[in-house]
Amino acid sequence: MSRPVTFKFRLYVAGNTPNSLKALANLKALCRTHLPEQHEIEIVDVFREPNRALTERILMTPTLVKLSPAPVCTIVGTLSRTESVLQTLGLELPTVAA
Amino acid sequence: MNHQNNRACPFQGGPTGLRSEHKKLAMKSNRLTAVNPLKALTGIEGFDEITHGGLPRGRTTLLEGGPGSGKTLFALRFLVHGAQDCNEPGIFVAFEETSKRIVANAEGFGWNLTELQRKRLFFLDAQPTPDLIHSGSFDLSGMLAALGAQAKAMGARRIVFDALDIVLALLPDVAAKRREIYRMHEWLLASGLTGLITAKAGGDEASSLYQEPFGFMQFMVDCAVILNHRVELGVSQRNLRVQKYRGSNFDENEAPFVIGKNGFDVAISRMLGRTDAKVTNERVTSGVKRLDTMLGGGYYRGASVLITGFPGTAKTTLSGAFAEAACKRGERTMFVGFDSDGTEVIRNLKSVGIQLDRYVKSGLLRMISARTITGSAETLLVRIKSLAREHKARCLVIDPVSTLSKAGNELTAHGVAERLIDWSKTDGITMVCTSLLDEMHGPAQSGTPLQISTLADTWIHLNYLVQAGERNRGLSIIKSRGTSHSNQVRELILSDAGVTLADIYTAGGEVLMGALRWEKESAERVANEIAAVAGKLKLVTLDAEEAVLEVRTKSLQTELVAKQVEKTLLTRTTATREGALSRGRIRMHELRGGDAAIARRKARLQ
Repeated sequence: MSRPVTFKFRLYVAGNTPNSLKALANLKALCRTHLPEQHEIEIVDVFREPNRALTERILMTPTLVKLSPAPVCTIVGTLSRTESVLQTLGLELPTVAA
Repeated sequence: MNHQNNRACPFQGGPTGLRSEHKKLAMKSNRLTAVNPLKALTGIEGFDEITHGGLPRGRTTLLEGGPGSGKTLFALRFLVHGAQDCNEPGIFVAFEETSKRIVANAEGFGWNLTELQRKRLFFLDAQPTPDLIHSGSFDLSGMLAALGAQAKAMGARRIVFDALDIVLALLPDVAAKRREIYRMHEWLLASGLTGLITAKAGGDEASSLYQEPFGFMQFMVDCAVILNHRVELGVSQRNLRVQKYRGSNFDENEAPFVIGKNGFDVAISRMLGRTDAKVTNERVTSGVKRLDTMLGGGYYRGASVLITGFPGTAKTTLSGAFAEAACKRGERTMFVGFDSDGTEVIRNLKSVGIQLDRYVKSGLLRMISARTITGSAETLLVRIKSLAREHKARCLVIDPVSTLSKAGNELTAHGVAERLIDWSKTDGITMVCTSLLDEMHGPAQSGTPLQISTLADTWIHLNYLVQAGERNRGLSIIKSRGTSHSNQVRELILSDAGVTLADIYTAGGEVLMGALRWEKESAERVANEIAAVAGKLKLVTLDAEEAVLEVRTKSLQTELVAKQVEKTLLTRTTATREGALSRGRIRMHELRGGDAAIARRKARLQ
């Protein structure tokens, strides 16, 4: 926890659709509070780059992919449930070791 | 990026290629279905006829059905037909099965998808991965955008979303599901693709199909098709129903279908506007000479002949004779036996002088033992059909056809029998079916279990006559359309030499067969002989009498001539004598010198 790791995110959005805008806002807010100064966000608009969606098999938008640190994980949706998002990204501090 | 290779393919060949494709299409598609520009042919035999040309072009169709009801297969067939035969490349979006598995499954139906996949068929693996995490609402815009790019690149005209329910299940609420369905529909309309969405519906049609979001989907789409898979008395029955079709009429009934060797085969009954099979006056022999005579020359080519009778009335033998005669003419023939194996049938028929084994060897005759085939009547029909087509059969024997109505098939059997006859007529196959009759009912009371008797062109009934301690076979023709036929009952005699028919004797209103007939026959023979001898005898007597009379006539004639001569002679002598007498008298007078005489002389001299 001491050494800061850079989180690389890629967010696939579908233009300015409400879900996509919400996801982007949620991601930014999350990064601001939990990962200040240690995150990179790449935004892919599937409307502009449909071929990327095809090859990278992005079917639902918005989709967030955490590229690093490993493991790579994918979250689909507006990222509105912050707790589960944090848990998936491994950002939440483990409460009690089970 | 693989779609870049695809860019070149869509309408290769240009307009000429397209025209030839169309020609091929017209030929390849059912001869019964005209190519409708507003519809996209599915290539599924039967379905294109029900819908008068396939799915609505440029619109969306919903295909619903329970698990294992054949949705994926239907959808795949639609795409393959488009890509292969209609020059309409297609996209398959697989939400459930991986494309690899789908392709592998399709190989089993003889569809070469790997070849098609390179140019005209694109599979998108869209199975949600289990480790996918959801947080909040999402939509399908990404996929649709990707698909739009792909469709454009390959010039796709058809698209299938297989198992949409899988992805809809991920959406949190009904409103979201509705929204995504709506989004998809809008996208489909805008893209101009002919869309087919498959979705699972629970086993029970009523309970799940009309629930959200499928109910909503049904209202939205332009065409809805329901696939059903039921089990009745242990026999699987599949059927298909078009629930709605905007802007088109369609056959509204449930149509049974079979997933067979060639994929999807929908059974349909004869529809209006369908071209009739060619009707000929050609006759084909029944294999029994006397029977041909009774029928006025044999069966009609392409006719459906029904032979009914109780067990052991020589139904198989009669149909075997037909098969043998067909093979003798060099016609390809198929013999479907439900009761016994082909080899058994051949052996049994050999005992009555019907030799089938050489034709089996030469490949002209194909014996099918269908005893092992289980399944619905529909399955049997499809199997028979495809085997007959494979064999290019011109004559077909089904022994017995009543098997079709075995347990679990009572409801569908009649329709199957109807289609069997319909099909054989369309293909110009002369068919002989045998049918077992219930011992309790004669043909007059019940007809055959399949009610095939009303459909058959010729109905021959075989029965037993038990009399004087014998059981003999009788044959009668109950009906024979378009031919004058004998109203006589004949006795059917089986011997090493073959099958023959014999006249029966009626005596005092009773029919005589077997030994009684033989007795009667020999009695008649003796009577005939006696009559012949008596006749000859009489002739001889008459000859003798005639001769006697002739002789008598001759002698009488001779006598007559003699008498006539005698008479002439007599007349002449009498005249001479009289002349002589008168001259004598005058001379005497003169000699006597009588006065009177002198005076007379003087007077004469003066």
